[in-house]
Amino acid sequence: MKTNAQIEEIRRDTFSELIIRKGRKADAETPVKHVMVCAGTGCTSSNSEEIISRLRVQIEKHGLGETVKVVQTGCLGLCAKGPIVIVHPDDCMYTMVTPEDVSEIVESHLVGGTPVTRLSEGDSQVVKDFFNKQMRVALRNCGLIDPENIDEYIAFDGYKALAAVLSEMSPSDVIQTVKTSGLRGRGGAGFSTGTKWEFASKNEAERKYVCCNADEGDPGAFMDRSILEGDPHSVIEAMAIAGYAIGSNQGYIYVRAEYPIAVHRLKIAISQARNYGLLGRNILDSGFDFDVDIRLGAGAFVCGEETALMASIEGKRGEPRVRPPFPAEKGLWQEPTILNNVETLANVAPILLNGAEWFADLGTLKSKGTKVFAIGGKIANTGLVEIPMGTTLREIVYEIGGGIPGGKAFKAAQTGGPSGGCIPAKHIDAPIDYESLIELGSMMGSGGLIVMDEDTCMVDIAKFFLEFTVDESCGKCTPCRVGTRMMYDILDKITQGNGTEKDLDELERYARVITKTSLCALGQTAPNPVLSTLKYFREEYIAHIKEKRCPAGVCKQLIVYAIDPEKCTGCGLCKKNCAFGAISGEKKAPHAIDPEKCVKCGMCLTKCKFGAVTTK
Amino acid sequence: MNSNGCARDMIDEENARFEGITSRHKDSKGGLIPILHEVQELYGYLPDSAFVRISKTCNIPLSEIYGVATFYSFFSLKPKGKYEISVCMGTACYVKGAGRILDRIREELDIDVGDCTEDGKFSLSACRCLGACGLAPVIKVNEQVHGRLALADVSEVLNQYE
Repeated sequence: MKTNAQIEEIRRDTFSELIIRKGRKADAETPVKHVMVCAGTGCTSSNSEEIISRLRVQIEKHGLGETVKVVQTGCLGLCAKGPIVIVHPDDCMYTMVTPEDVSEIVESHLVGGTPVTRLSEGDSQVVKDFFNKQMRVALRNCGLIDPENIDEYIAFDGYKALAAVLSEMSPSDVIQTVKTSGLRGRGGAGFSTGTKWEFASKNEAERKYVCCNADEGDPGAFMDRSILEGDPHSVIEAMAIAGYAIGSNQGYIYVRAEYPIAVHRLKIAISQARNYGLLGRNILDSGFDFDVDIRLGAGAFVCGEETALMASIEGKRGEPRVRPPFPAEKGLWQEPTILNNVETLANVAPILLNGAEWFADLGTLKSKGTKVFAIGGKIANTGLVEIPMGTTLREIVYEIGGGIPGGKAFKAAQTGGPSGGCIPAKHIDAPIDYESLIELGSMMGSGGLIVMDEDTCMVDIAKFFLEFTVDESCGKCTPCRVGTRMMYDILDKITQGNGTEKDLDELERYARVITKTSLCALGQTAPNPVLSTLKYFREEYIAHIKEKRCPAGVCKQLIVYAIDPEKCTGCGLCKKNCAFGAISGEKKAPHAIDPEKCVKCGMCLTKCKFGAVTTK
Repeated sequence: MNSNGCARDMIDEENARFEGITSRHKDSKGGLIPILHEVQELYGYLPDSAFVRISKTCNIPLSEIYGVATFYSFFSLKPKGKYEISVCMGTACYVKGAGRILDRIREELDIDVGDCTEDGKFSLSACRCLGACGLAPVIKVNEQVHGRLALADVSEVLNQYE
């Protein structure tokens, strides 16, 4: 247990130690350096753990153990260039570091004082463009602190908002501040967070619950995971604040079992917060009790829906139920419950520290603050970005994201995952906020943003999302269970080349019924990917139906493999690797593919070194 | 000690761990899903016999346990292979060709998604986003992640596993 004064002392001491990470030069007497290595899932997958352990060994070996500290951080966002290593206070960022580079970094930079330009200069422009337009509020600590060390969180004003709330504010002050800030839910629907808290606070039940939705199900989105991995205390602090605001003493974090690093760091963070008395009984001697437990999800997309999530915490099948009553009235175990998304919660402490007006000044008229996006797909700088609301798609794709690789043309961006839609090239200058995305037939969603180029078939993408919803539909209501399957079957027919124009009318008719009659948001929004691709790329559907042709060359049944005789050198590699004997030709003479025997496995395409195999 | 004794020790230890799991969670609200998570960790999957034991110890109807276990894709009622291959089918991986990678692995191993090879070496699953979108397309073999995978790399990756 710590008192507020002791927490303040930790903050002062740790901050003076960490100040070099904020660009402040260390004094010459004590040449302290902090080597920050990204240990998010992306960088860990490319071996950053090995980099950390080799750094530690080498640093000891050179007797630098006293002055150089190796810190494992959360995600910095630039996943495409990972693993990333930053040396403070030199402000030197190394990209695509391998374990073999470690000894050079230690000997040249840490011992000799000369940065390894080979690893820092190649991507320096990319790094500059990537971070230039960003504004980090929810991700403020990701990459800056060691997420497994509560003192480092405290150093950068962590738990300061909680202390202020408990000592100076009434629950209704807190709710009013969050309401005035204009913060809206970052999980997809965009409901006012303060209003949600107000509903629950007005309910006079004895037991209430605060839940955090960390069941990030949108395929291709990893914002929440990065916050939990990089700054777990920001979520815990916000949950305690929410608990105080609505009058609850118990919180649950519902997190995907597929995120082992996030779960591990959350467990550490919760136990550290309990040790300091920042969770538990009588927090900071205020008389307020609050604790948090973790519940693991088990791979059901529908559990992102609030009533389904609560059923799952209760140990049942995660099936949604009819609302009303809304969870603010009857939620977990029939008690009033609020559910907030991870990113929403990560915004709470800064709002209380900097004031509602500060937050309300960021963003657009109706969408305040910033939004984190996971950008992926056909884009150079895959990764995680946080931008003020109202930033245009063009800025995200071409400035921050570095454009499309291979000189290909931008075709569309998909936001909102299986519930959202695509934004075509003609709307690339649209500002990204809740309202304008809805107007374009997509939605903000939780923040997945997948970029597609000319090689992406939009019919195939619509089918991909429908396959996902068919698979993830819980089966409770008929429109979603049967309807999405019927839509999928039509799309499948079209991609096989057996579609008719009447099928497009049928798709639209089914979409209307499913949207209007499904029980929960999973079903209600499931047709969106089909509707938006039909709206913007109808000609691609028509090409599949009338010309039996897939313009992007993706749909297997509609493409024909051929060998370009101009490019073929007759090396025979394709013929040797074709398991079906479909390729013939004399040595050093152009080869040919027999379409009767070809099963379109694509082996020849991957084996040809001369780009002679084509698909059309 | 003979080999039978060894095997018996292992079974005893498993039983003790099993009982630990159920007694820890049986009285807590919403304890069934945590029990299933931990039992799956113990055996690698959820065997039929485990359902019966959970039902008896925790006094939950067998039908309810079965209903919950089959609802969530994370729970497996079939044993997994020595090497469990998960092909990420998140959107970022999909637009970069994860579907073709999955097809190729299916052909190479001659098994379908959800199945295990006859020798028990590999099992195959298509999973939702692993969150390593920067490395798309990605597959995971047990805990080892293979990123930026090309079709031509598939057999080489599989051959690494003995």
